[in-house]
Amino acid sequence: MHLSVNGVSKSFGDGRQAKLVLDDISFSIKSGEFVALVGSSGSGKSTVMRLIAGLERPSAGVIALDGKSVHGPGSDRGMVFQKYSLYPWMTAAQNVAFGMSLQGLPRALVRERTAYFLEVVGLQDAARRLPKELSGGMQQRVAIARALAADPKVVLLDEPFGALDLQIRESMQEFLYQLWQRSGLTALLITHDLEEALLLAQRVHIMAPRPGRIVRTVEADLDRSNLAHLRVSPPFLELREELVTTLRNLDAAAS
Amino acid sequence: MRFFERSTLRSPWLLGPLGILVVLLVWSLISLSGVVDPLFLPSPLAVWRAAGEQVQAGILVADAIASIRRVFLGFALSAALALPLGIAMGSNPLICRLLEPLLGLIRYMPAPAFIPLLIIYFGLGELPKVLLIFIGTFFFNTLMIMDAVKFVPQELLETALTLGGRGLPILTRVVAPYIAPQAIDAYRINMASAWNLVIVAELVAANEGLGKRISLAQRFLRTDEIFVGLIVIGLIGLLIDLGFRAVLRRSCRWAS
Repeated sequence: MHLSVNGVSKSFGDGRQAKLVLDDISFSIKSGEFVALVGSSGSGKSTVMRLIAGLERPSAGVIALDGKSVHGPGSDRGMVFQKYSLYPWMTAAQNVAFGMSLQGLPRALVRERTAYFLEVVGLQDAARRLPKELSGGMQQRVAIARALAADPKVVLLDEPFGALDLQIRESMQEFLYQLWQRSGLTALLITHDLEEALLLAQRVHIMAPRPGRIVRTVEADLDRSNLAHLRVSPPFLELREELVTTLRNLDAAAS
Repeated sequence: MRFFERSTLRSPWLLGPLGILVVLLVWSLISLSGVVDPLFLPSPLAVWRAAGEQVQAGILVADAIASIRRVFLGFALSAALALPLGIAMGSNPLICRLLEPLLGLIRYMPAPAFIPLLIIYFGLGELPKVLLIFIGTFFFNTLMIMDAVKFVPQELLETALTLGGRGLPILTRVVAPYIAPQAIDAYRINMASAWNLVIVAELVAANEGLGKRISLAQRFLRTDEIFVGLIVIGLIGLLIDLGFRAVLRRSCRWAS
């Protein structure tokens, strides 16, 4: 699997009123990698994700998955939104099964895979509950299970923990990291939270706003055997501090 | 402003029947006092007797069935066509642009104004009555469903797209279930007009039906029978309304 974003620009509106929101974005992800895009609001990071998902078209440049350029959405690129994306009339299990059933998989297989992925996210006991009966963190785990069950080549996570309380956020970060390690999924994480990005992703692209562009790429080669420990370890804090300063200067320059 | 907190009333459900009881009591007192000529205001007892006579003669049930049947046919047609059209208009801007002004215009034409035309076209049988109910409810049903579709959250649609969903399956499996509670509620609200219109149609021309019975009663100055008709019409309407609410509660537990 190889996802490449090559010289992608995006502007909204026409003619003189056209506003450039992304300027010449290029990066790539290979099988099994965990990559993050970090930027403040207005940096166009969510637009990058929507372009990869095929929900929007780039104004210039090419996005290609395994050499085939992306035209429109498809199940090879799964997506997890920040919130409100579970189908409220479906149980957790029905939500997880939905993509597979849309793709016309045989029922027995759908059932088997649904049970498997609910267990992967630790929600086998909540299978028959409606989304409104689940906590925010549980809802996002169902959304992740649903994305994985549709068997995508890459999972796009758009601020998946942005709406959660800090405490739950940290445990969800641990959960996602362990999931990535176990299942070998390929993930692209969009976040405004630098700590989250550094904690989870091997490579972090830092974006600056107006127009959105990648200004720096960090290979976050850290010891992730214990995330709670990593959070407070001096090399991690040092790196984070340095990047926070970078981000702050960029924002100041842009405004 | 709320004068009573819910908790201070031990059985708040009693209030509804209590209101009805008060009206019945005032009505009885007025007719007992003899202030109003019984020809204009029959006593509750007289109305009850008139109802008994009509039931025994088999008229009341036959009338009710005739009226309910017309409402059911006209409204079923309206509801069944409004659902796909409302979804099409709500999800496709081109179809919406094309049809919304037209539907918005027809909606403001009072349905009873179509009666003369319907009689000229289709005579005095069942068809014009059923069509009147259709005309009187179809445009409201469609526009209300269209509005509901426009408010389906973008995330739900986009999630379906990234899960491998396409056009029609997304409409039937995401849009339709999401708007189901609003559609049922739109039906419930517009059912009231259907029920109004069937009476209007029967007042104009019919062989049987609750509206027909009322207009006959007027000819013979039988105010007691008019009261029977009004009360039965009200009760059936209330039952239908409660039925819709029950369906909504049972089928859309997720939305409450």
